[in-house]
Amino acid sequence: MGLECNIRVAGEAGQGMKTIGHVLAEMFVKAGYNVYSNMDYMSRIRGGNSYYQLRVSGKPVFAIREKTDIVIALDKESVALHEKSLNVDGIMVLDAARYGNKEMKANYLDVPLFDIAKGTGGAEIFVNAAACGVAAALTSVDHDFLEDTLKHVFKDKRSEMLESNLKTARKAYESVKPKKEICLPDINRSSEVGRYIMDGNDAIALGAIKAGCKFYSAYPMSPSTSIMSTVARYSDRYNIVVEQAEDEIAAINMVIGASFAGARSMTGTSGGGFALMGEGISLAGMTETPVVIVNAQRPAPATGLPTRTEQADLDLVIYAGHGEFARAVYAPGTAEEAYRLTIKAFETADRFQVPVIILTDQHLADSVRNIAGLNADDIKIKKHVITQADISGDPSGYKRYRITGSGISPRAVPSWIEDVMYVDSDEHTEEGHITEDADMRVKMVNKRSREKIELLMNVVEPPVTYNIAGSETVLVGFGSTYGAIREAAVRKDIGLVHLPQVWPFPSKELLSIVKGAKRVITVENNATAQLAGLIRRETPLRIDRSILKYDGRPFNVDMLMNEIKGL
Amino acid sequence: MDIENFKSGDEIAWCPGCGNFGLLNGIKKALVKINRPPKDILLVSGIGQAAKLPHYVKCNCFNGLHGRALPAAAAAKMANHKLTVIVTTGDGDCYGEGGNHFIHNIRRNVDITVVVHNNQIYGLTKGQASPTTDRGYVTGIQTRGVILEPFHALEVAITMGAGFVARSFSGEIDHVADMVNEAVAHQGFALVEVLQPCVSFNKKNTHQWYKERIYDVNKDGSFDPGDKIAAYVKAAEWDDKIPIGVIYRKKTESYEERSGLLGKMPIAEENIEDIDVTAVLEDFKV
Repeated sequence: MGLECNIRVAGEAGQGMKTIGHVLAEMFVKAGYNVYSNMDYMSRIRGGNSYYQLRVSGKPVFAIREKTDIVIALDKESVALHEKSLNVDGIMVLDAARYGNKEMKANYLDVPLFDIAKGTGGAEIFVNAAACGVAAALTSVDHDFLEDTLKHVFKDKRSEMLESNLKTARKAYESVKPKKEICLPDINRSSEVGRYIMDGNDAIALGAIKAGCKFYSAYPMSPSTSIMSTVARYSDRYNIVVEQAEDEIAAINMVIGASFAGARSMTGTSGGGFALMGEGISLAGMTETPVVIVNAQRPAPATGLPTRTEQADLDLVIYAGHGEFARAVYAPGTAEEAYRLTIKAFETADRFQVPVIILTDQHLADSVRNIAGLNADDIKIKKHVITQADISGDPSGYKRYRITGSGISPRAVPSWIEDVMYVDSDEHTEEGHITEDADMRVKMVNKRSREKIELLMNVVEPPVTYNIAGSETVLVGFGSTYGAIREAAVRKDIGLVHLPQVWPFPSKELLSIVKGAKRVITVENNATAQLAGLIRRETPLRIDRSILKYDGRPFNVDMLMNEIKGL
Repeated sequence: MDIENFKSGDEIAWCPGCGNFGLLNGIKKALVKINRPPKDILLVSGIGQAAKLPHYVKCNCFNGLHGRALPAAAAAKMANHKLTVIVTTGDGDCYGEGGNHFIHNIRRNVDITVVVHNNQIYGLTKGQASPTTDRGYVTGIQTRGVILEPFHALEVAITMGAGFVARSFSGEIDHVADMVNEAVAHQGFALVEVLQPCVSFNKKNTHQWYKERIYDVNKDGSFDPGDKIAAYVKAAEWDDKIPIGVIYRKKTESYEERSGLLGKMPIAEENIEDIDVTAVLEDFKV
């Protein structure tokens, strides 16, 4: 066994793959390892084939691998489907009697998973506990770590439930223990591994809570939904209104209404819902109402592949909404960055009175990594709203769209000042009343688009680099590709530039980073190289090549290394 | 408060003789009676001639997108339940473009008043059928007359469980004011549909046409607006005799009560500067 172990648990939807994944991730972190895991699942409630893949390593890990060392098949189909993912010395765990496997290959390990579940746990549903026991035994993880983890994960369940899980896991562990073992790297247990396990969506939810989001309205849509459920879980503690909207059009108009009334507001969706929000985003631009919108991308067009991943909405989010107005678009690459950029999104939205979009995707949304913590201490959270004291000396009264020359009209909230305010989706005067005056039109357009874009350029989130010094080849990506590119860029002559902000585009910053490079290559989860197109439009840079993947699956380290092997 | 407190400086862009003038005066009268300063009142609208009304009143105004007044208004009220929120919308805005929001905001039952200016025609786009245009009415698009059934908004609202459903007429300014006042006093979603002529594009349902047909259903006390079936029957009356007044009334529990918002500080007023999420982060600790 090498420096790491890759485990895949495969079966039908409904067999509790997500729970298994959670238990295993936590168990390995408790045992002192780093983990990275992702779910590959179908858009159905029962049946089909889904799998959970976990990478366990002594070093911090940021992406998935192509091959596996252990596959635990929870149904017959999974054996054939996942056999080819095994490394040469990999192990296929199966329940031969149950699946009717007559011919046993050398790397097959027959474990009566379902008999153990039924016999010890009392029902077949405990097969997931059996799978956890097998994984722990095969990797020589001390049983105590598994037991502690099960007690933690099932702490809110009935005691018989926990008892059945514990007994089943132990039985499976003991039945495998003497048979076969894959040794994990002998790591220094005292070394600090990140003690929190979190996916990208949870990080966004926590960022929103921290940033003072008080109103979240959305229509459930994979893979964005868990942001709403995580915010909802903590909504009582933080006095947050979470309202499921009748459609995405309602959701965006609700967050605009709540924000206008003074509450920091957010919505989340995927491409189809985001497309429905287009007019609302334009309204936020016109009325200069701060809102934060998450687009957790999935493969499109139309309904596409609802539970899979893609980065094909880059052009959509940059240009969504009719007309010209300023916006910012952030594209986090890790949970830590998702947390920080969500807080920055709220600050940017409020400070500049613009819509801000967080562009993520299913891969980041559902992938879990162990992290050391979350931090955004560099961002000061502050309500950018004026009070009566700020305007008391002005006899002309409050004007919501006052031309100040700075691009920013001081924003007030209804009932917090003595005067009233008019906000309009029509072109408007400084007072906010409808106008068709040509001079006023030009002033307002300048304010909403040109002046604000300039202001936004001053707070650009700089590109993140890795291994860039002296690199002949630079791989450029945005969003969830960060991990795979970072791990693939191990050669001295290959570096990474990750763009956590894609709009306004950080042209100057990117140019100064890649100026010495011989080759610039974009790495994108889409078919038309949208990032390459954006770079060409916004900079004089030449993009030599784009490595593209649009099969609905994320990049993994190995396939990316293979792509850049010949460079 | 008197009517001068609600005087806006904005120039009115309606056609002379428009039914909206009666509505504007009725709403202003109602505002005087509500007796809250303009800063505590929010008028929300979408797009259309009705949607311009908030500009002509000195109150807070959010004039959003076509059909989308209701989600914006409901959310503004959820964010700050101390505001008095009134929506001014039209038959196209509320029943056509915004039909889905009409249905679901009755379910949501946020404490807002929705005044629908119903002139049974599209005015701003120059005379096409609206969701409430009578069958058979000929327009430049419905060249052989409207063949679609009109949207029965009051019946829909009663069916959906709206706790206050009323109708008024723009020619009866005091009646408009009374209905708006009663709607604002009702806790929850309150619908006031106001019939009004469109002097430019509706040649059938004129001021005179309405005037000859309307009667005050609450006048002699024989009608019980608390009787849902009777209310439903009354709401369906049209053509020869058209009832105005409170058609249906039922005490409901508003969204603010059900959600517990009423007992708390408005979410908009929450301090956001030093929110501590360390306890939440601990839930993700291994």
